[in-house]
Amino acid sequence: MLSAVWLIPALPLAGAVLLLLFGRRLGEPWAGWLATLMVAGSFAASVVTYLGLADRSGDDRRVLFRLWEWLPVGSLHLDVGFLVDPLSVTMILFVTGVGALIHLYSVGYMHGDPGFHRFFLYLNLFAFSMLMLVLGDNLVVTFLGWEGVGACSYLLISFWFDKMPNAVAGKKAFVTNRVGDWGYMLGTFLVFSSLGSLTYYAKDGSGFLEHVDSLPMVTATGIALLLFVGACGKSAQLPLYVWLPDAMAGPTPVSALIHAATMVTSGVYLMVRVSPVLGAAHAWVPDLIAWVGAATALFAATVAVSQRDIKKVLAYSTVSQLGYMFLAVGSGAYVAAIFHMVTHAFFKALLFLGSGSVIHGMHDEQDMRRMGALRKFMPITAATFIIGWLAIAGVPPFAGFWSKDEILLNAWETNKALWFIGLVTALLTAYYMSRQVFMVFFGSPRWNDPIEADDAAGSVVDMVGDHGGSVAHGDPHEAPWTMLTPLVVLAGLALVGGAVNLPVVNRFEFLAHWLEPVVGHGEHHGTSTTGTKITLAVIATIAGLVGIAVAVAVYVQRRIKAVEPDILLRAYDYDRVLAKVVGRGGEDVAELTATVIDKGGIDGIVNGVGSLVQAAGQRLRTVQTGYVRNYALGIAGGAVVTLAWFLLRTGF
Amino acid sequence: MADFPLLTTLILLPVLGAAVIALLPRGRGELVRPVGITVMTAVAGMSAWMLTQFDLHDAGFQFTSLHPWIKDVGISWHLGIDGISLFLVVLTAVLFPIALLGVVPHHDAKSYTAWLLLLEAGCIGVFCALDLFLFFVFFEIVLVPMYFLIGGWGYGERIYAATKFFIFTMAGSAFMLVGVVATAWLHHRAGHPLTFDLVQIGEAQDIATNSARWLFVSFAVAFAVKVPLFPVHTWLPDAHTQAPTAGSVILAGVMLKLGTYGFLRFGLYLFPEAAVWAAPAMVTLGVVGIVYGAIVAAVQKDLKRLVAYSSVAHLGFIVLGTFALTTQGLTGGVLQMVNHGISTGALFLLVGMIYDRRHTRMIAELKGLQRPAPVLAGVFTVVMLSSIGLPVLNGFVGEYLILIGSFVTRRWWTVVAATGVILAAVYLLWAYQRVFHGTPDEANASMPDMVWSERLVMAPLLAAIVFLGVYPKPVLDRIEPAVDRLVAHVEQHSDFHQPVTGRIPQARAAGEHE
Repeated sequence: MLSAVWLIPALPLAGAVLLLLFGRRLGEPWAGWLATLMVAGSFAASVVTYLGLADRSGDDRRVLFRLWEWLPVGSLHLDVGFLVDPLSVTMILFVTGVGALIHLYSVGYMHGDPGFHRFFLYLNLFAFSMLMLVLGDNLVVTFLGWEGVGACSYLLISFWFDKMPNAVAGKKAFVTNRVGDWGYMLGTFLVFSSLGSLTYYAKDGSGFLEHVDSLPMVTATGIALLLFVGACGKSAQLPLYVWLPDAMAGPTPVSALIHAATMVTSGVYLMVRVSPVLGAAHAWVPDLIAWVGAATALFAATVAVSQRDIKKVLAYSTVSQLGYMFLAVGSGAYVAAIFHMVTHAFFKALLFLGSGSVIHGMHDEQDMRRMGALRKFMPITAATFIIGWLAIAGVPPFAGFWSKDEILLNAWETNKALWFIGLVTALLTAYYMSRQVFMVFFGSPRWNDPIEADDAAGSVVDMVGDHGGSVAHGDPHEAPWTMLTPLVVLAGLALVGGAVNLPVVNRFEFLAHWLEPVVGHGEHHGTSTTGTKITLAVIATIAGLVGIAVAVAVYVQRRIKAVEPDILLRAYDYDRVLAKVVGRGGEDVAELTATVIDKGGIDGIVNGVGSLVQAAGQRLRTVQTGYVRNYALGIAGGAVVTLAWFLLRTGF
Repeated sequence: MADFPLLTTLILLPVLGAAVIALLPRGRGELVRPVGITVMTAVAGMSAWMLTQFDLHDAGFQFTSLHPWIKDVGISWHLGIDGISLFLVVLTAVLFPIALLGVVPHHDAKSYTAWLLLLEAGCIGVFCALDLFLFFVFFEIVLVPMYFLIGGWGYGERIYAATKFFIFTMAGSAFMLVGVVATAWLHHRAGHPLTFDLVQIGEAQDIATNSARWLFVSFAVAFAVKVPLFPVHTWLPDAHTQAPTAGSVILAGVMLKLGTYGFLRFGLYLFPEAAVWAAPAMVTLGVVGIVYGAIVAAVQKDLKRLVAYSSVAHLGFIVLGTFALTTQGLTGGVLQMVNHGISTGALFLLVGMIYDRRHTRMIAELKGLQRPAPVLAGVFTVVMLSSIGLPVLNGFVGEYLILIGSFVTRRWWTVVAATGVILAAVYLLWAYQRVFHGTPDEANASMPDMVWSERLVMAPLLAAIVFLGVYPKPVLDRIEPAVDRLVAHVEQHSDFHQPVTGRIPQARAAGEHE
């Protein structure tokens, strides 16, 4: 049953190739259906693979497939190969599952877009890359997918390329990711030069993850840090998160696919995959990861509080939730990280798609200040969005409650300060998500109200409405079935998704048992008593409820004036300063290099020598008078000088 | 077929073609292009046949032919190729017909085609020559047709550019001429019969250490100009920008490799000890080139000049890999020579297509071209991604091998060099954004898309870009034996030893995976 694994990436790739060749002819909607079918097929193959793997005993759940030799040079042996184990299977299941739903949604969402088939070509290519990333059996095949999703996100974010802000956002995503990739590449070099292999696990036990014990601690630290730099880029952690909020310029299904369910989770995946290296590194490395995660989580949550754009709230929320996952990784709670990744994929994809449905229904309006009361106009969207809200706010028994609770528990056991930051973030999360729900779905309709002029004050990249169109108003309307079906399915998953790993009763910790063979060696095993666990869960729940209650007081009952400082709207000006220093500054340095050093300095010397030779030639030309007597005089003079020199040298 | 003088034919056929074209009566101008295309296609076909006949287990020179030329001083017509030069010959043979087909000269097709054919002969000759003197002759001969191509069919500042190109390279070559003669002489003085034969001198290694170092430097100056290495690179942007499209394609695709190839054949092989001695300096220059080329490329206002500066960065990678002296670095370097020829050649063709339509290459005057020309934009995107080293495309394979190979011996240089990966994304994506994204104004909105003949010209390049990225093994398998032999040669004649990577016992055989 496992031999179908190659179909998982092959189907979306085939879809992309077919769309490249025949996409225009297929047109709408068939291009969309083809792409959706391919990813759905991929999901079916993933389920078959899962069943095949689950059929095996625990120790036997690691299967390697070698497709072909990719870079065989000297002592470097790199194959294109797949590693099928509980971790990769968990990933492919939700990547293809959520991916297929997003494809289906896009058929409705992209209706009427002139680039319809091109959009699905990119989507399929993206799915292929993501699956290569997850399934790769060595760091370089993973890097192939890693860069592939980066390139596809570039294409997708700048999909409406007529609009400069979209194009700029796409480029920014790619370049920022490349900064991370620099670390990733160096990490692979260090692995190769110290262990001679880049394969995770091999049949003969020569995989590098099987030999991390032989690494000096300093080398392991170096590898862990370099790969973490890569993870920070892809998973939008401080200080490299800046591309993600801008990436909202892409069509909304792209945000759901890339910025919620798949690409941004790959940094977390990488960290969990190489967790043995983290274990071999200095103890401060996991601490650093946890602190970066916690700091990012809190930072982004505060920023989300002031955002006005419906998608920007979700964007910062994603950054914040990814911070949670890194907090988990740093605490050694790999299962919790993956658990939260899965539940987050469900509810964040749901929220993004829901916001897309709102934008669609509102005729490309994205400013929440112009929404309100939408539950009356789009009841299904509203109902599903509310489920997503409760899930992310950590209200039991919704999915997010279980996974967030797990992370907070592990943080508590690692460092109380980290736990506290996580708790504050949970409160803020509940608050800003409630704010969004109330502004969008409750209150009074505001789409005909005028709003103050400082509209785009907060964003470096001015938001452009989806579909790039001008905002035209009429009453909002509910989305078509292609868009609603994914919403309903995802809402169901956001409701019960927590069931994959229920706490306290060992037997119900399905995910923990499933992932045990992959992360078992380094997994932090809790020491807390059941009583502590329950107390912490209650505290976290109360925090979430407090956040909701405050939002009710502010945005529903209007008893407290809303606090939405501009500095938060502008994300502490971090991006702006960065753009100025790195962007503007870099440009100035480059300009200076090109004009002063290259043109003035080096080429100046070259041309200077040229003119000098020319001038010398001009002078010398006057010597050639054509009079033999002058030449003779010269020869005579030369002879005298030469003779004199010889005489002096011989010491006469 | 074993005795068929294949390499000699590859060199003489284009010469013959040029002669035929020169002798065509004035009234038969319509025959010029058919003759040129036929000859170049024949050469390409023969090189493809050579590829199939190449023995991948033989690390030495193949298809050799050896005929005394000037007996008294030991100069001979000695040709041969190994895994290092094989793909450079094939690249040359394939790029020339593409350049000829892709661009129609705006005047005097007769001499244009003839010069191109002579240029092809010279380039193939350089990669095949196994005699120092013969190599020098070919190395110099290629200057002449290129000078006339730039001067005759180039753009605005073509005379300045052509002269600069000629003088720069000639200055370098002066050093090499001294080096060639001195090498033969010193070899002779060590008790051997007078010869210019590369293999005899290279295998004997009978030149004193100090002299060999000086000789290495004399060759290195000529190659450094050709590559070009920082700081002798300033002829390149001018020559590239002013050259006609076909000239730029050949200049970037083939002629820059004369320098990097020279370092391998006449640096590492001829003077192994000196190469090890000079490696830190060479690696430093390579890394400076990577960063410097990328930074200067980023702010160019002329699209063609931007691509030209990107070559400085790319060639820096090749020099880094070469002087890392590891199997991966050198193999990656050789592969990257081919990759750069394909990707940058394709980029110049695309820029040429834009110029033909818009009559400008200034980035500021171009905007939103993806709307009127989606196919051109798509092809440009793929080539651009190949150039910035995206996996699954060819550029990644070469760059990654170079970097992983040099990390082993030159760790901190590699850390800096790897930033080139970020910078490449910056300058190319920024250029793409300004040229193709946004809403086109009137002049840009009506730009026609690629026509079928242009698509056909680009198709083989795109196919190579994908093939070499996905399955480079056939190519690597042919390059590596020659590289291994070269590394062993260097190790034998110097105190350098390639470090052993890793501690894991490799008990690997086929079929271990399921």
